[in-house]
Amino acid sequence: MKTLEEIKKIREQKRAELDLRVNLSANTVEKHILVCHGTGCTSSKSPQIIENFKKILEEKNIKNVRVIQTGCFGLCAKGPIVIIRPEDVLYVMVKPEDCEEIIDSHIIKGKILERLLCKDIDEKIVKKLDELNFYKKQKRIALKNCGVIDPENIDEYIAFDGYRALEKVLFEMTPEEVIDEVTKSGLRGRGGAGFPTGKKWSFTRMANGTQKYVVCNADEGDPGAFMDRSILEGDPHCVLEAMMIAGYAIGANKGYIYVRAEYPIAVHRFQTAINQAREYGILGKKIFGTDFEFDIEVRLGAGAFVCGEETALLESVEGKTGRPRLKPPFPANSGLWKKPTLINNVETYANITKIILNGAKWYSSIGTENSKGTKVFALGGNVVNVGLVEVPMGTTLREIVFDIGGGIPNGHEFKAAQTGGPSGGCITAENLDTPIDYESLTQIGSMMGSGGLIVMDDTKCMVNLAKFYLGFTVDESCGKCNPCRIGTKRMLEILDKITKGEGTVADIDKLEFLANIIKKTSVCGLRTNSTKPCTKYIKVF
Amino acid sequence: MNEKCKCGNEYKDEKLEKILSKYEKNKSNLIQILSEVQENYGYIPENVQLEISKYLGIEMAEIYGVITFYSRFTLKPKGKYNIAVCLGTACFVKGSEKILDRIKQKLGIDVGQTTPDGRFSLEATRCIGACGLAPVFTVNDEVHGKATIDMVDKVLDEYMKKD
Repeated sequence: MKTLEEIKKIREQKRAELDLRVNLSANTVEKHILVCHGTGCTSSKSPQIIENFKKILEEKNIKNVRVIQTGCFGLCAKGPIVIIRPEDVLYVMVKPEDCEEIIDSHIIKGKILERLLCKDIDEKIVKKLDELNFYKKQKRIALKNCGVIDPENIDEYIAFDGYRALEKVLFEMTPEEVIDEVTKSGLRGRGGAGFPTGKKWSFTRMANGTQKYVVCNADEGDPGAFMDRSILEGDPHCVLEAMMIAGYAIGANKGYIYVRAEYPIAVHRFQTAINQAREYGILGKKIFGTDFEFDIEVRLGAGAFVCGEETALLESVEGKTGRPRLKPPFPANSGLWKKPTLINNVETYANITKIILNGAKWYSSIGTENSKGTKVFALGGNVVNVGLVEVPMGTTLREIVFDIGGGIPNGHEFKAAQTGGPSGGCITAENLDTPIDYESLTQIGSMMGSGGLIVMDDTKCMVNLAKFYLGFTVDESCGKCNPCRIGTKRMLEILDKITKGEGTVADIDKLEFLANIIKKTSVCGLRTNSTKPCTKYIKVF
Repeated sequence: MNEKCKCGNEYKDEKLEKILSKYEKNKSNLIQILSEVQENYGYIPENVQLEISKYLGIEMAEIYGVITFYSRFTLKPKGKYNIAVCLGTACFVKGSEKILDRIKQKLGIDVGQTTPDGRFSLEATRCIGACGLAPVFTVNDEVHGKATIDMVDKVLDEYMKKD
């Protein structure tokens, strides 16, 4: 247990100690070697890199250098990534056997190891992270701490304003004021649908009932999306803190986070965060000496796309098969065990602490008229810089794909980009200059979605892709509504016929007919949207 | 001693008891318990389902429904080497279908099957999050990124040589 005073002290001490992470001219003799420990880099042996660094430092008896695991830096295409601070030098595609050379050259001789520096898209050799074209147009709010702190160390989180937002709401704001601030910020649901977050909070606050719940949707089912996972891996405490703030605002004392079991690192990090927060008395009873109490439990998903749909997710938290419920009633009135429940997506929560600390005015100054703030995208497919990007709303797709993403590799042309995963739509070359916000994307027949952004070059067959998405939908249909369960299967069969070169014009009419019926007669959003890629492709190609 | 343990029941029950003791007798814990069983046993055996049914007071039919609904749970044991090919969109766009086809061809099994000798099983998974390395496949927990047909051949040959 720590008192509020003790936590403030930790913040002061640690902040001074960690100044070199964010301040290039920090007055220090220490150096920090930051190694990405997200899923992407871990898959290419970053844990071994960390181990090697530690071992070599010990062997050579070097004292003032620390090795730290961090969350995702974003440039997954060039992983594993190592950054040395305070000089802020970026090494890419590092192998475990490179560690000794890095230490000998960079740490001991003070000479940058040119061989492992990053080559930018214009062939220029870049030494620092911020100098890369990949980072120039980005703005990190939700990902602020990713790549800066050790996600498994609560003190490092506290050092960078951690749990200050919670302190602020508990001592200086009424629940109504908190909701008001979130409403004024213009923040909208980052899970895809874009419902105003403040409104959701206020509905749940106003709902009748003494027992209420806060739920975090971390069932990132969209294949090719890894925004939420990266946030949980890189900065789990910020989601935890936001859930507590939400609990205070709506009058709930219990939270659940529903995470895909396929994300073992994220699950481990979040559970670690919960344990540490409990140990510090930040989770539990009489938080910071007030009457506010709150606790959080992790629930694992077990591999069902439909559980990303909020009511299906609630069913699954209750231990049942995850089939969507009919709405209304909405979760705000009847959610977990029929109690009023607030359910938001990971990325939505990740914005909350920053809104509370910096104010709604600051947040709403970023973005477009109706879509405020930033959006995180998982950029993948046929693009040079595959990775995690966070851009202000209103950035165009061209900027994301070409300026940040570095364009299409191997001299191919851009054909289309898919947003919103299997429920979304594709954007073609003529719409590349559309600013990314909720309304504009819907207008051009796509959707914001959760943030998966898959780029396709001119060699890709769109019918085949439609077939891929439909195949996914067929597999993942929960079977509750017949039109979806049977209809998508029939559509897949027709597409199969077309990809074999046996399609007729009548098949296209049939596809459109089926898509329409499924859209009109199925219960959940995933299904009514499931036919979208298919119908959209019919129109465009 | 060996005679007694042949069926594996005694040992397994202990394992199960340990898992169950961590959870309250609350129906909402079903998925958590099944996850741990899947992880420890490699599948969810019928006798274990029965024990869970008694413990939580849930009908066997309902448990069966939950197991078959979620793709993570299996009713049959997986192979010693479980190969999973990522069919997330990022990997799909980069040609993971061809990787999957090659593995099917080499092992002579389809997705969801195990080789008759029980050594290899094959599954198609959704995004495992290594999109930067697409296309990706895993053997047990080891990730093989930027996969090509040649690489599949090489990796599988190595595992085939092992026990």
